[in-house]
Amino acid sequence: MPWRLLRFALAQKHPEPRMFTRHDELKSAYDVVIIGAGGHGLAAAYYLARDHGITNVCVLEKGYIGGGNTGRNTTIIRSNYLTPEGVKFYDESVRLWQDLSQDFDLNLFYSNRGHFTLAHTDAAMRTSRWRAEVNKHYGIESEVVGPDFVKKAAPMIDLSCGGHAPIMGGLYHAPGAVARHDAVAWGYGRGADMRGVEIHQRTEVTGIDVVGGKVTGVQTSRGRIATNKVLCAVAGSTPRILKMIDVRTPLYIHPLQAMVSEPVKPWLDPILVSGSLHIYISQSSRGELVMGASLDPYEVHSTRSTLDFPEGLSAHMLDMFPFLSNVKVMRQWAGMADMTPDFAPIMGKTPVEGFYLDAGWGTWGFKATPVCGKTMSWTVANDRNHELITGFTLDRFRDYALTGEKGAASVGH
Amino acid sequence: MRLPPKQGEWIDRNHPLRFRFEGRDYDGCAGDTIASALAANGVKVLGRSFKYHRPRGLMSVANHDVNAVMQWGGMPNVRADATPLVAGMDLTAVNTFGGVDKDKARILGWFSRFLPVGFYYKAFHSKRLFPLWEKMFRMTTGLGKVDFATPHLRTPKRYGFCDVLVIGAGTSGLSAALAAAEQGADVAIVDENAKPGGSTHGASELVARVVAHPRVRVITDTYAAGYYTDHWVPLIERGRMTKMRARAVVVASGGYEQPAVFRNNDLPGIMLASGAQRLIRRWSVKPAQRIVLLAANADAYLAAEDFLAAGIEIAAVVDLRDVVPEAQKSALAARRIPVHAGDCILEAIPTADGNSVASVRTKSGEITCDGVFVSVGWAPAAPLLYQAGTKMRYDDSVHQFVPEKLPDGAFACGRVNGIHTARSLDGERAGSAAAAHCGFGVDRAIFVPAETESPTHPWPIVAHPQGKNFLDFDEDLQVADLENAIQEGFDNIELMKRYSTVGMGPSQGKHSNMNALRVLARCTGSTPGEVGTTTARPFFHPVPMSHLAGRGFAPERRTPMHARHEAAGAVWMSAGVWQRPEYYAVSGQSRLDCIRGEADAVRNGVGLIDVGTLGKLEIRGPQAAEFLERVYISKYAGLKVGMTRYAVMCDESGVVIDDGVVARLAEDHFYFTTTTSGAALIYRELSRWNTIWKLDCGIVNLTGAMAAMNLAGPKAKAVLAGLTDVDLSLPYLAVREGMVCGVSARLMRVGFVGEWGVEIHVPFEHGAAVWDALMAAGKSAGIRPFGVEAQRLLRLEKGHIIIGQDTDGLTTPGEAALDWAVKLDKPFFVGQRSLQAIARKPRRQQLVGFMLPAEHTAEAPKECHLVIEDGEIAGRVTSIAWSPSLSRYIGLAYVRSDMATADRKFHIRLTGGTLVAARVAKTPFYDPENLRQKESA
Repeated sequence: MPWRLLRFALAQKHPEPRMFTRHDELKSAYDVVIIGAGGHGLAAAYYLARDHGITNVCVLEKGYIGGGNTGRNTTIIRSNYLTPEGVKFYDESVRLWQDLSQDFDLNLFYSNRGHFTLAHTDAAMRTSRWRAEVNKHYGIESEVVGPDFVKKAAPMIDLSCGGHAPIMGGLYHAPGAVARHDAVAWGYGRGADMRGVEIHQRTEVTGIDVVGGKVTGVQTSRGRIATNKVLCAVAGSTPRILKMIDVRTPLYIHPLQAMVSEPVKPWLDPILVSGSLHIYISQSSRGELVMGASLDPYEVHSTRSTLDFPEGLSAHMLDMFPFLSNVKVMRQWAGMADMTPDFAPIMGKTPVEGFYLDAGWGTWGFKATPVCGKTMSWTVANDRNHELITGFTLDRFRDYALTGEKGAASVGH
Repeated sequence: MRLPPKQGEWIDRNHPLRFRFEGRDYDGCAGDTIASALAANGVKVLGRSFKYHRPRGLMSVANHDVNAVMQWGGMPNVRADATPLVAGMDLTAVNTFGGVDKDKARILGWFSRFLPVGFYYKAFHSKRLFPLWEKMFRMTTGLGKVDFATPHLRTPKRYGFCDVLVIGAGTSGLSAALAAAEQGADVAIVDENAKPGGSTHGASELVARVVAHPRVRVITDTYAAGYYTDHWVPLIERGRMTKMRARAVVVASGGYEQPAVFRNNDLPGIMLASGAQRLIRRWSVKPAQRIVLLAANADAYLAAEDFLAAGIEIAAVVDLRDVVPEAQKSALAARRIPVHAGDCILEAIPTADGNSVASVRTKSGEITCDGVFVSVGWAPAAPLLYQAGTKMRYDDSVHQFVPEKLPDGAFACGRVNGIHTARSLDGERAGSAAAAHCGFGVDRAIFVPAETESPTHPWPIVAHPQGKNFLDFDEDLQVADLENAIQEGFDNIELMKRYSTVGMGPSQGKHSNMNALRVLARCTGSTPGEVGTTTARPFFHPVPMSHLAGRGFAPERRTPMHARHEAAGAVWMSAGVWQRPEYYAVSGQSRLDCIRGEADAVRNGVGLIDVGTLGKLEIRGPQAAEFLERVYISKYAGLKVGMTRYAVMCDESGVVIDDGVVARLAEDHFYFTTTTSGAALIYRELSRWNTIWKLDCGIVNLTGAMAAMNLAGPKAKAVLAGLTDVDLSLPYLAVREGMVCGVSARLMRVGFVGEWGVEIHVPFEHGAAVWDALMAAGKSAGIRPFGVEAQRLLRLEKGHIIIGQDTDGLTTPGEAALDWAVKLDKPFFVGQRSLQAIARKPRRQQLVGFMLPAEHTAEAPKECHLVIEDGEIAGRVTSIAWSPSLSRYIGLAYVRSDMATADRKFHIRLTGGTLVAARVAKTPFYDPENLRQKESA
């Protein structure tokens, strides 16, 4: 048992301070206001304070820390993307992830499990090869593997998938990992808080003051704040914030649902994804099977669950793992995914001076948390887009210079 | 211990069942649950707790005893308190190391001081050592074991309908059902227990009336697992899921009796009074000999009557209230049972082996007992109400959350509604209102008197310096764990839940959420109402995946010629939901030889391919041409009747999404095809556009109604000539309607495989006959059926692209070398605005044909290998094959626009890193002037 736990046994009183200082009042002005205390917003606050020495920062949160998609995603971390922009960006993120627990002195349960994208068709095999080749070009561990390799990593799998979608192989990405999602927000929050950043929960942004094309302040449910820099990191609520400054984006909001089983003894080591069956699964350190599928096919701003989601997902899960028939689903939930037309995010400066956007994270925002914090804090501090995000700026839609992560998703018609 | 037989018990003593638990044999009866049978046998320790592996027994006997969870053969996490006993069951407690009695992991209890809330966040995270620690964590985590030999269970589903669905067949639910039915509604009432009547069991007359009512269906042994939009409620039975659509729902799910929190409140023998009542009344089990009754409401004193009747000695009643109403305690006083008002249990003291309670210490002294029954209050069983979208408020007069605003069509009654006394009346009120909501009778607007005394104590929690006062039994959380989480800043209900994991276990907080929010309220100086609750998500009880999955419907589509292909040796491949012949195996020949043989037949003789999987749509109406003008990038208004034209579809961002052929049969009548995989999607998308645009035309999807085949090759014309009345000198790209083999058919003169060809569309039911006739007529010409692979090769030789293979999610027509098809000067088409903008920008990449040197015999590139220029990625191969016609490798690839010049040399990198030289080549590779497909040889 680690000696660090000794202090708990020896102390009379629980020897841990607050992770997040409580601030009763908002100040009248801050150097930077960050909207949204999810992983992205808090990471940006953390790096602003740590790397750029900007500590007169407040993070405004309508609900509670990490209560949005940070606490709703299925925690998969990987960098096997398709475009050079995507691969470089997520690779940097994975690098940051690996040291994060030690940086924070908080165990994020960063668990390197290996990630399979299973292919059931020729088309999916072709896409696997495409991704593998691009990944390897940029030094990412990624390879096309055959069914035997899959079987070895997950021997219990039914490779024939009930006989109607046999697994032909897939893309194997050794660095694929999962982490404890809530703890990521807490770690960034605590680190930012320790450096002087104020986190204000239950504080809603009601307006943004823009004078002459420049941000001058933020209206909140607890009063006005003067500031010249606002970073917006609110995922599914982005359209509502952007409406306040009259900036248009091609974002559209789809629900993304997930579910977990009751805890069972761990039996599944890797993370498995199947595009054809529209499923992904990993087993958490609590023994729960964490399962997800593709986006709901309609645009709706809601986090209400639907019944057909666990029905369809379970049917596909049993194709691959028939022996889960008796395992029970404990809980399902939904988040709002802010999708872009090219499946790449929207990051950086906007037409409103001093207003920075971090949005369009759709279904892939969690894994980007550290690198988003790094690049967005740099962008805010320097009022210039960080080089890793130049492919992700808002003006690419006006210029039709899309960044084709969608290619990987739809190539297998 | 089993009590003497009595009327109304749920067991059948004439049917004994033998079963095994932890290696020992026991006897139970038909009608027992696992838990009641074990309790009847005096077994107290049914499981070990999740974190500290403390012995645990029954608590609720209401399907949330997650410490009494069993492994039954391959079945993990079987809830002993809710699962019927089956003869021959061989059960073990889950997650023990060496059995429930001698669980080695109980040593973890000794280390509990080292393992405060969230301890795992505070250590174990050295990058080097974490993987080792993690292995250990994964060994200790989880409950039951998954058995890989479990077969795929295919559980049926069905749809159900009713006017009023009543959830819960206790007093209030039964009253609601009766009231709604009497007003004329069709009522279904569902209850998770084996019999209706609820937990108070005093409603036998009401049960009889409900069961006898012709408009009421009583569904027992079934739970409502969730409450989805529009009153859509999945009902889970043991072997089936019914998806019930109701017009109104009455939630009468009652309350969860709540545990009291004191030191060692988890010892076996300490249980909820309602749980003990269930054991006594339903299964005639006497759960203890001498008990202390911990009370705080009238329910406790009603329960005491049950306990006394069962011969249980009540050593004392310890009442948390300062004043106990005379009416409640008088019966006990008459029996000289002491009632200690204003008292509490400070701690429970275990027996020497630690496996049961031996006594309790109260303010007034120590009392020996072998059981403690707790009745200190209720929490509403409100998850379904929350899921329905109910706004709840905290009611100080009953110390619980009650519905404040129910969604339209949702009703609540009984304990879940904060009515504990006049439950029958409250049920009647809700039932009447629900029936009226559906249009049956009028809402009688019955007045229901409020409670005069709170049935729930606001603070049933006793601090203890040594802790072990458990608040969450799933997760082994003590009061201090929550206080410490709050101290660390997790001081709102959602954060506290996520950090401490309170309420995250299999019972989803049914017995812990209420006490947790009380602790939070007290620590933060707020009221329970201000603290609020966490979001209650589906499911109410966990649902087996087999129930959700159902029978597993994986439809596979087959063309009418399927059996012909099978007989001809087809090797199948899936194309979306369809099965298509990849090629036809010939004994003694390799796959490649077969494919090349088929291609050779088309090039030099005649071949026949089944193309019935293509999407086949028809559009008619005065504005049909206008519609096609809008959805395809080329022009169709001017297309002559009797002619066809290639058609490419883009989405609004100008990306190519589908292609096909449009044939004009009349001025206002077109027949057109889509890709195989795009058929359903394109039909849906076109229907959507048609709805938006409201043009005067209608679209019909004929994909399944029509069979189609393509006859191609220099001898094709001769083969067909004797079988049709259509004049086969029809021009290239013409379409004709006529008879083929005596069947009315549409003939399209196509040439995409590069030879004279005709696509023959006939009604589905005639497909096989026409196929047979063509094969027979072609026999002397050496006709061969050809598969998808040969077709791909033939098309590639002609340089034709395959949407989805030679395009991806961002490909524009220009990049795919389809500029010629784009008519930007049309008034409008989907994607036009984007394509206009794209046209002003330099093109990033270009699809080109390429060839490898004829002498290349080493490993050939594969699709998606990258084009590398100066060490950087400059494109990728999308199609490649060895061309028998050209005797070399040919293919299509995207290259940087500046590289797309004839004969430009470039390199393709193989998986191993080898660079292969290639040259840009003009397409078509084969018959560049397209002479062969236009003329008959």
